[in-house]
Formats: sequence, structure tokens, C-alpha cells
Amino acid sequence: MALQSLDIKQRSATTTSPPGVRAEATVELAKLIDTTKCIGCKACQTACMEWNDLRDEVGDCNGTYDNPRDLTAESWTVMRFAEYENPKGDLEWLIRKDGCMHCADPGCLKACPSPGAIVQYANGIVDFHEEHCIGCGYCIAGCPFDVPRISKKDNKAYKCTLCSDRVAVGLEPACVKTCPTGAITFGTKQQMQHDAAERVVDLKSRGFENAGLYDPAGVGGTHVMYVLHHADQPGLYNGLPERPHVSAMVRLWKGAAKPLALGGLLVAALAGWLNYVRVGPKEADADDERAAERAKERTDG
Amino acid sequence: MTNHWVDIKNADVVLIMGGNAAEAHPCGFKWVVEAKAHNKARLIVVDPRFTRSASVADLYVPIRPGTDIVFLGGVINYLLSNDAIQHEYVNNYTDLSFIVREDYAFADGLYSGYDADKHKYDRSTWDYERGPDGFVKSDPTLQHPRTVFNLMKQHYARYTPDMVASACGSPQDKFLEVCKLLASTSTPTRAATIMYALGWTQHSVGSQMIRTGAMVQLLLGNIGVAGGGMNALRGHSNIQGLTDLGLLSNLLPGYMTLPSQAEQDYAAYIAARALKPLRPNQMSYWQNYNRFFVSLMKSWWGAAATADNHWGYDYLPKLDKSYDMLQTFEMMTEGKVNGYLCQGFNPLAAAPNKAQMTAALSKLKFLVIMDPLATETSEFWRNFGEHNDVDAALIETEVFRLPTTCFAEEDGAMVSSARWLQWHWKGVEPPGESKSDISIMAGLYTRIRRLYETDGGAVPEPVVKLSWPYARPAEPTPEELAREYNGKALADVFDPKDPTKVLRKAGEQLAGFGELREDGSTSSGCWIYCGAWTEAGNLMARRDNSDPTGIGQSRNWAWSWPANRRVMYNRASCDPAGKPFNPARSLVSWNGKAWGGVDVPDFKADEDPAGGMGPFIMNPEGVARFFARGGMAEGPFPEHYEPFESPLGYNPLHPKEPRSTQNPAARIFKRDREALGKVDAFPHVATTYRLTEHFHYWTKHVRLNAVMQPEQFVEIGEVLAKDLGVKAGDRVRVSSNRGFIKAVAVVTKRIKPMTIEGKTVHTVGIPIHWGFKGVAKPGFLANTLTPVVGDANSQTPEFKAFLVKVERI
Amino acid sequence: MAEVTRREFLKFTGASLAGSSLVLLGFTPETALAEVRQFKLARATETRNTCPYCSVACGVLMYGTGDRAKNAKSAIFHIEGDPDHPVNRGTLCPKGASLIDFLHSDSRLQYPEYRAPRSAEWQRISWDEAFDKIAGLMKKDRDQNFVAKTADGLTVNRWLTTGMLAASASSNETGYITHKVMRSLGVLSFDNQARV
Repeated sequence: MALQSLDIKQRSATTTSPPGVRAEATVELAKLIDTTKCIGCKACQTACMEWNDLRDEVGDCNGTYDNPRDLTAESWTVMRFAEYENPKGDLEWLIRKDGCMHCADPGCLKACPSPGAIVQYANGIVDFHEEHCIGCGYCIAGCPFDVPRISKKDNKAYKCTLCSDRVAVGLEPACVKTCPTGAITFGTKQQMQHDAAERVVDLKSRGFENAGLYDPAGVGGTHVMYVLHHADQPGLYNGLPERPHVSAMVRLWKGAAKPLALGGLLVAALAGWLNYVRVGPKEADADDERAAERAKERTDG
Repeated sequence: MTNHWVDIKNADVVLIMGGNAAEAHPCGFKWVVEAKAHNKARLIVVDPRFTRSASVADLYVPIRPGTDIVFLGGVINYLLSNDAIQHEYVNNYTDLSFIVREDYAFADGLYSGYDADKHKYDRSTWDYERGPDGFVKSDPTLQHPRTVFNLMKQHYARYTPDMVASACGSPQDKFLEVCKLLASTSTPTRAATIMYALGWTQHSVGSQMIRTGAMVQLLLGNIGVAGGGMNALRGHSNIQGLTDLGLLSNLLPGYMTLPSQAEQDYAAYIAARALKPLRPNQMSYWQNYNRFFVSLMKSWWGAAATADNHWGYDYLPKLDKSYDMLQTFEMMTEGKVNGYLCQGFNPLAAAPNKAQMTAALSKLKFLVIMDPLATETSEFWRNFGEHNDVDAALIETEVFRLPTTCFAEEDGAMVSSARWLQWHWKGVEPPGESKSDISIMAGLYTRIRRLYETDGGAVPEPVVKLSWPYARPAEPTPEELAREYNGKALADVFDPKDPTKVLRKAGEQLAGFGELREDGSTSSGCWIYCGAWTEAGNLMARRDNSDPTGIGQSRNWAWSWPANRRVMYNRASCDPAGKPFNPARSLVSWNGKAWGGVDVPDFKADEDPAGGMGPFIMNPEGVARFFARGGMAEGPFPEHYEPFESPLGYNPLHPKEPRSTQNPAARIFKRDREALGKVDAFPHVATTYRLTEHFHYWTKHVRLNAVMQPEQFVEIGEVLAKDLGVKAGDRVRVSSNRGFIKAVAVVTKRIKPMTIEGKTVHTVGIPIHWGFKGVAKPGFLANTLTPVVGDANSQTPEFKAFLVKVERI
Repeated sequence: MAEVTRREFLKFTGASLAGSSLVLLGFTPETALAEVRQFKLARATETRNTCPYCSVACGVLMYGTGDRAKNAKSAIFHIEGDPDHPVNRGTLCPKGASLIDFLHSDSRLQYPEYRAPRSAEWQRISWDEAFDKIAGLMKKDRDQNFVAKTADGLTVNRWLTTGMLAASASSNETGYITHKVMRSLGVLSFDNQARV
């Protein structure tokens, strides 16, 4: 079945090209997260932990519903809650399931220096292979959505796999299956775009004039997309970036690496720079401020 | 639920009020989302808090806790004033045209027959007038001043939009939007559903809140139709089953009732329940009460139940009053209860006023806990610091804690909110030495019986003669018990129309309650479950999910009581001639000879509609009642009364009549009345509730759920937080006149201050899920705060509206 | 590469580039295999059940080790929604999706226990001892306090000094037999979770 294909499209830090003969046989898959159907129940969070045999810490309450408070090596998806009073004076509780977007042009993979630690399958899934991970954290610097996290236990990077083990045998990811309201669906990217268009028509009939699909071009489109009531203001949803893109430095790094002619000094400079952006602020994109703050707080790795 | 979960997708308007389906029933709520996405449905949420249900609603309206009757009474007033009712439905299928007795009266919030000393009504005047033929008098022109229609119109004329705004604090424009949306379903082709839960039941006027909702639905013609109904969302997986099976102080299985001690005469007991029709050619199905009752007694006492001993009628305990939970805890507090068994129930956490509960349990001689988990109740005697500050050395109670199996470790049936009996299968052995509850009850019973057989004792007959036909007496199987509650023929059962024709041979499982007999030739442990396990096998285990007409009627999935019917009162989905009001969502119809369709008709199968039989076949009138007659403790029409702890201290509808401030017919014990707090000391209105990440007091034992909501919190609005100097994440102390809890403050825009009768009222939200056992962070039991006063009909305690004071720690 | 920590890596890249650059540039002695995690349900035994929490009554599939052969002791290791179920259609809420941790909760009781008056501890007892003691206490209380007739001669056959709260998540079969037993004893203080 085409949907089960996990043929490789690209691998991190690998110059040999993957087998390409079957590439045309596969379909591009996507997860559609409809924030307008989401009730923030966190079933996706528990189903994710349950399926992937993860158990995050029992934390505490900081005066919000957000728990676990941020993505971690054991929480690959979290709900982010935002209370928004619209111009009419009505309250909207905007809830966004955060996690890996499975970019078509994945910044993490581009930045990763360890061969085969990050792969992109032909179906669009971007997967981490921890046995090859060296814990350098460049994937975090390369990610425009601030998603990967390095575990304190084993110093390796983790994030949502889009349940590649389930998808490989023809099943949907665990979060998709469990979602009580059908806010998360899974299928071909084309089907998801079609469904999203239908949702947008319905939302417009209910007064959400700027309803739309979030599938940002700056990262080549994503294999996790959102339906938003306010697609004109993604920042309302806990700082969802308005125009995410792979940073120019990561592009340069990949571009220079491929000809195998990179000088040592440049590598050192790049490594130093990448480390700086991991612990210091990233590019001063207004959308990224929140992510940058979190990056600053992070002490792991 | 009158309807069922999947049917919600057929609704055009969904009103969630007195419940929070998205949060407490997420997978059922998907059908609301489906109605919105594919049926263009509009979702209304009316709630003191902007909930997770509200987060996907088209219209959210805030309401002060405990004022739902004012809101819904206002809707009734709107529908009647604007003639937004389904005339053909109400004229034919309700008591709208019936004439009420002349001596019925209502003034200053009190109905005729009130005894202020006893807090009780003599309900005899709350009835229809009878004609010379013994039937109820009616005026189909609705001109008579004492028709139910005119009395109801008059009653709710006081429930104006201004009153709604003032008493409920709901913005008037939003209230009117709700009215308009609901009114849009008064056409025969549109349906609204109402979904509610403990947000209505846990009030001192909870039953009447539900009734008011049902009256709205009747006016709109929304009962019995696909996409309509009054849908009670039960809170626990088999609370519907346990209620069906009559595990309440005054019930027997199948909603039969235990006799009172005045009912010494068996025939009179039956006659009082086998109600004769109040209108010509009505079915009045309870006329078969004796068949249900005798069959039950044959299941329980077998050969010892004979015609001569009135089928063992004397064996049944007789009531002098209700022995509901609140009454029992009052007796326990007074030292009048010695032994108590808790089977999968954690009353220290679940019952009101934890301090009093602790005192009550400490007076017991013995307490037996049967549970898969280590509950708070099982360790009520152990000190857990400020979360359970007791001294074990002072508590005499002997406690037994027996480990039980849970769902994964046993076979059996559970009944969903939609009345579906679904069989489940054991997948694994239980941990350690755990036993099933069935084995525990059998283990206790067989030992007690042996003691009575060998030693004698007080009235041993009901115990030693109990029918116990199980292959292994100490280990009855779920299959044996399921077959028993379905029932079987004890002798050949004959066709009443043709006495030579055997319908069911002796020894066979019965196919349905139509085969039950009053002569002792049948047994059935719960008549409404008759049909669940027939000669065709265990129908509860069926797994055919096909839905032939696409409206969600998968009638071959499991088995639904009664008679595998999926939508109750479905005959009312057709016009008087038997044609569906809405052919696009047809459930049943009359084909000229018989009733049929995608559902099992809730009607006599071959009854020609021309005969005028009404669709509400359990009522002796054959129609639905706006006027409850003597059915409700506090009056035939719902009236608003304030919560027992009211921020006002008076009833806005009757500011000058103190007797009608609170429910005049509520029972409250002296000790509990004294424990009520007043608004000057406890200025904030509190309401308790569930969060979606947790289930009751169980999932604090579950690691994954503890990760999702680890620590106890309360929710307060931004304005109150500012007044108190509290920021999100600060710890606060919340106290009532009965105790205090400490928790983290969630400061939110989702709770707003309300202006009630010109005064600012703040609401405090108190999730219930924490306690001193489990893997979540230890916390206080929320019921430390709640008052001990119940609804006057059901004695469900008032957890949804009481007074507290919030302070910064 | 796995044993190289990030700190070491950074130190290394800062100090000397000769060794690491090859790796950084994509040369590695190992083959970069891309394999997904093994699908863990492949031959697990599936059992159909009903979620024990709220009354939506979602269908669940429980996955256990072993194939029910005599020598294989099953353990449930994963639970997910039953896609055939007409109501939940495979979905589960955060409680249902976490059922595995309920099943294996550290709070699960393992054996009968007894707490003596004024004691601060549990002591383990056998089932026989528990049954015999409880049955004895119940009979004694019933014999002492049973009301067969009222003072004015009405037959009432009730036992008010012992009461019971019945479960909310137990099966119909449990509920049925519990009611049968408790009413035969004359118990009226009898309730279930329906009120709260």
C-alpha cells in the first residue's frame, strides 16, 4: 500500500542519495488539526505518551491548564491554551495542539550533523533516529517551530514521529485515532487540504471571516496543518509563527557542506554560531519571541 | 437519555446546559461536533463558566449557579408569547388542553396544600378535573381559564427577559438569541436536543430544572424525534444500569417501587401502581405492574414465592421514610448505624461535608470496602496531615478492605447513558488475590445463609429461601446472572389471544417483557431488561454496526432497553395520522396495518392511529404532562427557588415571602441547616465540577492523568483575583461554613463577575478530582466545602451552588 | 557516535576540526539505516471491552501478551479505541486513552486487609477470615436490630443498622446479585452513585 511506504526521501548529513526508483509510488500524508473543533481535552497527549511508552513527570499547576507546560523529551505534543477577547467583546478559548509540523523542507534535518539521525520519508514524515543522535541540539536551532527537545536521561533529541511505526503498517497516528471530536484527522495531504477548505466554508458561515488553513510556504508546506478561525493572526494561538522559515545560516551550512569543500574554520564558526542560537535568542522574528524565551530557560542537554 | 449518542448528529440546535459534555463526555460530544460540521447545527452553551463545551459553541451565555429555572421559565414565556410552539404536537401529545381542579392554587411561590411546619405539601389538589365518565376533562379550544395551557402561560408570564437578566445575570440580548434559536425548532422539520448532567441534578431544585427543560422540548415538539430529546448524560459507566436495577433505597428493579409500611395489603400495593387510563383508549403500560412484580419475586425467591404468600411480598422490607444516602449519613452521625458496605464507592470524597462524613464513619462498628483502588474512604482513619487531619487512636471502627477486579478482568454487561446494554470480555487475570464483586457478594451471602441455617436468628426465611440456582454457589457466573435478569418461562406460556398456542416453552429464555405473566409462570429479575438474553443468545454482545438509513440507528449493535428501542416516545415523531413529521429523519411510521421503521416502535404495534392512543404510553393520560400533578415534591409547575446558600438571601420572584426563598419542600436536617453559611461571611458563589483530564476520584491514581492535571486548583475571574491581590499560580484558601481547602489559583477570563439584582456576584470554580491518595499531588477533598441538602425529590446534594470565601494565602 | 556527548562534541569542534569534519560532512563508517520502531501490536491478543469511566461507554480494544495458550500468562500492555463501535468509532478521551495506567496503578489493592479499632496500620488477612468475620458481624447486627414488626403490628421486615453503597462501574450482573442479597436481608439504607 502506498500509504505504508516509508521510503526515504532524505537523510541528515548524508551525501549519498536514497533509492529513488519508488518515489513516485508513494503519497504524501498529512495530519490536519482543526483548532475550531478542538476542546483541549489532551486525549492526544495521553494517547501519544501511552503509544510511545513515555511517562513525563507529574508536574504542578502554575495557574493555567497547560500541563505538561512545554514540549519535553517525554511530551511530544502539548495543548496550548489562550484566552482571547475578540473585537466584538466575546471570549474565545483558542487551543492549539503543539508538536512537530513535519515540514516538507525540514530545518532540523538540514541542521543535523549526524548522518541518518534525522530522516524524511517519502510520505512526508520527518523522523528522529535516536541511535544516531549525538545530542548536539542543532535540530532545535534549525527548527522554526521550536519543537525538538533533548532528554536529560540520554542526551538525545526527541519529538513527534507522527507514529511512523503505526503509519508504516497502515494505521493512523495515535493522537489522530483517539481525538474525541475529530479535530485531528489524517490522510493524504490533498484530502486534508480538501477537508480544510470545507471547514473554512462552514466557519465563514459562522462569522469567522478570516478562517483558513495554516500550511506555511516558508518551510515548503507542512505535513501537520492547522485549520484556524483566525488564519490572519496565527500569533493568537500561543505564538504560532506567522511566516516560519528555515534560517539562512542553516541553508548556508547545508549548501556549503554538500560539495565536501568546507574549510575547518567555517565549520567551527558555524558550530559556535549554532550553539549560540540554541541558548541565546534566535532571529528576532516577533513571532518567535515566546519560543526564544523558552529556549533561554532551557538548561538541558 | 431519551435518544442516544449518535442521534445527536441529527440535531439542528444543541443546548448544553446543566452539563459540560465536551469536558465530561468527550467521545459522546463528537456527535455535537458532527451535527455542527455536517448538519449546520448551532450549539448553545449556558453555564456559569466558559467551559470546554463553550470553546466550540456558537453562542455562550453565562448564568448564575442555581437560576436555571428562571432562564428556562423565560424561554417558556418567550415561546408562548411568540406562539413559537409546534401546535399539532402539543395539541395532540400533551396535556395542554386538560382542565385543572378548581382548588389548585399558586401564590407567593407556594402551591395549594403547603404545611410550613413539615416542609411538605398535601398534593391532592394538584390534579386534573374528572368528567362523569371518570376521564380527565379537557377543552381542545384552550379557552377554559383552567386549562394547563392557560395556567402555564400565567405561571411563566412572570419570567420576563428583565427577570432573567436580573436573577440569572445573563445578558438580555444573548438570552433572546437563545430563545430565537430554540424557537426555530418549533417547525416539524427542525429538532433541538438538550444535553444535561449533574449541573442540573445537583441543586435543591434539580429535578425541576430538568422538568423545565423537558417542558421547553415538549412545546417545541422535540421529544420522541431524531435529533431531539432530553438527554441526561450519566456520569459513571454503569450508573444507568445500577439505577435500572433499582439499587436505591426505595426502588426495585425496573423502576418498580418498594412498598411503604402502610401498604400491608398486597392487592392494594399492586393497584396503586397498575394505573388505569385517565383518557379513553390509552395504553397506560404500568397496568402490567403485577406481571413485572411477580416475575421479579419468582427470580428472587423461586419456589418459595407462591400465590399463597403473595409471591413473598412480606419478605420485602417496608419503608417508613426514605433511607437515601443523606438520611443514612444523618443516622450514622447520630450513632444509629453499625455496619456499612462500600462497593466501588468512595463516600468520604463523594458525599457532602467531609468533616461530618468523617465523624459519621467514625461512629460505625464496621466498614467494609470493596474496591480495585486504595480509596480515601478506606483510610478515613489515617492521618494525612492537613488533607485528613484525624487521630487513628481515637477511631474505633473496624475496617475491612477487599480487593476487587476491574473492567479488564471480568465479563459482563454495562448500560450506557443511551440505555445500551453492552457486553464486555475479560482480557487478563486480576492482580494479587483480587476477586470479582459477584464472588464477594456470593461469598458473604453463602456464609450468612449457612449461619442462619445452622444457628437460626431474626426472621431467617427471606435469607435462607432466596433462590440461589448457580452451579457454583460461591462463584455465580455473569452469564448465569444475565440470563436470570432477562428471565425465563417456568411453565409453558400461552398466547392470551389463543390459549392453545404456546408462546414460550417451560425452561426457555423469554424474548421480551410482553411474555411476562402474573401467575408465577415466568421469572425476570428486571423486566426492562427482558429481551437482552433470549433463546437467540446474548443480544448484549451483538456487534453489527450497520446503519441502514444513515441516521445513526445501529439497532443490531448490543441491545437497548426497553425492547431494543433506541429513541423513546418515537411514536411522537409522527403526526396523529402516523406520518413522520420529518420524513428525512424518520424513525417509525404507520403503514396502514402496523407500525414499523428503523427503530422499534414505542407503541402498540398494530394500533390504528385513528383510535387516538397517545404516544406517551407509560402515562395513564397517554400524553406528556406540562402539569406534573402530584409527581413532584415542590409543585406541578417548576418555580425558581434560591440555592440554600444564596448570595441574595431572598427569591427575586418573591422578595417578600421568606417561606419561598428556598425550595419549600426540601428536607434538611437541623444539624445541616445550622451548618449553612451566609453571604456576609462567605461572599462568593461556588460550584464544583469535573475536568476532562480526570475522572471523579479515580484517575488521581493513574499516572498519565496525573501528568495532565497534576495539582489541585480553583478557578477565579480576573476581577475577583485583582480584588484579592491574587495572581495566576498563587495559592488561595477557599472556605465555607463547613471547612476549607487550599489550592492553586487559575485566574481566567472565562469566569466573569455578574450583576445580580444590582449587586456584583463572583463565581468560584472548584474542580473535584484531588484527594490524599494516588499519584497526583496530594490535595483536599472538594466536598470539605459542600452543604448537606438535597433536591426535594431525589435527595441529590446541592454541589453546584453554595457560598465560600476565597482568600490569598 | 552515540557515546559522544554534546559537550565533548562542542569542545572538540572548537579545539580541532580535523577528525570531526569528516563526520560533519557526511562521511561515516556506519550505514545510516532508517527503520521505524517495531509495530508492537503485531501478534498481541485483542480483547474487546467497554471503558469503565463515563456513560458514553466507548468500546476499547485491550492488547495482551501471549496467545492464551495454557502456559502463557497474559498481561495487558496497550489499550486503544474500538473503531467498530458506533459511538466512539475508535476515539478515546484522555481518561480512556490512559486506561493502561489505571489497570497497572500502584494503588491497585492486592489482598484483603483489616484495620483493627484504634490501629494506624493495615494487616493482611485471608479471604476466608475476611468473609467469616464480616458475615459474623452482619448476622450479629441483623439479629440484634432487625425490625420484623412495628409497635402497632405492621409487618416491615427491615434492617436499618447496616447499610450499603453500591458501585457505579460494576456490571449489571454485580448490581443484580447485590440487590438480591441486600434486599433479602431487609436492608433499606441502600444507594448508589446516581445521586452524586
